[in-house]
Amino acid sequence: MTIEKVKAILADQLEVSEEEIKPESILIDNLGADSLDVVEIVMSLEDEFGIEIADEETAKIKTVQDIVTFVDSQK
Amino acid sequence: MSYTSIIGTGSYYPDSIVTNDDLSKYVETSDSWISERTGIKERRISSGEDTSELAIKAGQRAIEKAGISPEDIGLIIVATITPDSFMPSVACLVQANLGAKNATAFDITAACTGFVYSMQIADKFLKASDDIKYALVIGSEVLSKVVDWEDRNTCVIFADGAGAAILGRDENHGIISSYSGSEGDVKGSLTLYANPVNNILSKQDDKGKIIGMNGKDIFRFATQIIPKSINKVLESANINIDEIDYIVPHQANYRIIESVANKMGIEKEKFYMNLDKCGNTSSASIPIALDEMNKKGLLKKGHKIILCGFGGGLTWGSLLINWK
Repeated sequence: MTIEKVKAILADQLEVSEEEIKPESILIDNLGADSLDVVEIVMSLEDEFGIEIADEETAKIKTVQDIVTFVDSQK
Repeated sequence: MSYTSIIGTGSYYPDSIVTNDDLSKYVETSDSWISERTGIKERRISSGEDTSELAIKAGQRAIEKAGISPEDIGLIIVATITPDSFMPSVACLVQANLGAKNATAFDITAACTGFVYSMQIADKFLKASDDIKYALVIGSEVLSKVVDWEDRNTCVIFADGAGAAILGRDENHGIISSYSGSEGDVKGSLTLYANPVNNILSKQDDKGKIIGMNGKDIFRFATQIIPKSINKVLESANINIDEIDYIVPHQANYRIIESVANKMGIEKEKFYMNLDKCGNTSSASIPIALDEMNKKGLLKKGHKIILCGFGGGLTWGSLLINWK
């Protein structure tokens, strides 16, 4: 499931437990991500799902659910 | 068949230390913001010394360490993007000041990969010309001249300094493998513009002689190219990463190295880092780090080290060295 893979990537990058990661969690405000974390997360998502995420799309991603929605829309 | 070996190192940086707290008086920033995003705590900023002065001092120290005479040097290459002048080149100023009267001298422009490229060029010169005995290779920058002191994304990173190495031939030790590449940065992810075409026929806007950087693009580029570059020199030499004692990367940003170490499954300690005290000195960063390691006695005969440069151009290059 997309959300499970996304949670694994976020947990690894941000050093938080998967339980803390909810669909409505905001990457920067709730999970402590900074701008470089976001770049690394995007690169991991691209590798994991075999997609490309343009800068304009990255700028729109604020929450975990935004990531899941975007990834699913690329399938 | 002989190898090209580093037989002496030297470095020099300005006396003035500027801490993150000092910088927060000039731009809106903080020690924690800078430390978390880059790993830098303090850096050296010139209070008037220009690039050639730093290069001359670093070169002098490398010559002393190598125990040779300036007249023995047949080649001087200075890697820099902040020369005092395009003519005479910094290398020519070094040649005159050190009395290296038998040296051919020129600068190269390859940003943060400059020192690695210079070593690769010197290596090829030494292998091709019997009449060159030693090469003096220097990376020297006064980046504080070309930084936008109102841009808190760049002015906290770039700093000043110079590092040098004397290269000579050795039967058993030296460069074992080498890799380099470039990809023209037409997108303009890391820029430093020169003069526009303003003459009797043309009028163009001055883009400003200051560094422009898209941090995210460069982070992405660096974290992708470093593993590739390291693996290339390992494969060419048929050596495993476990046999490598140190990787000396261009000291750009601690987060880049952390990301690469995680991705490659290498312990972070294998990467020698000193950017917490030096900042990012572009072409000078690798030779400064190397000289520091040498002074600390970290480099022993037979040690295998990888120098890994990457940066503006976009350029990249690595060297695998069996230390003398």
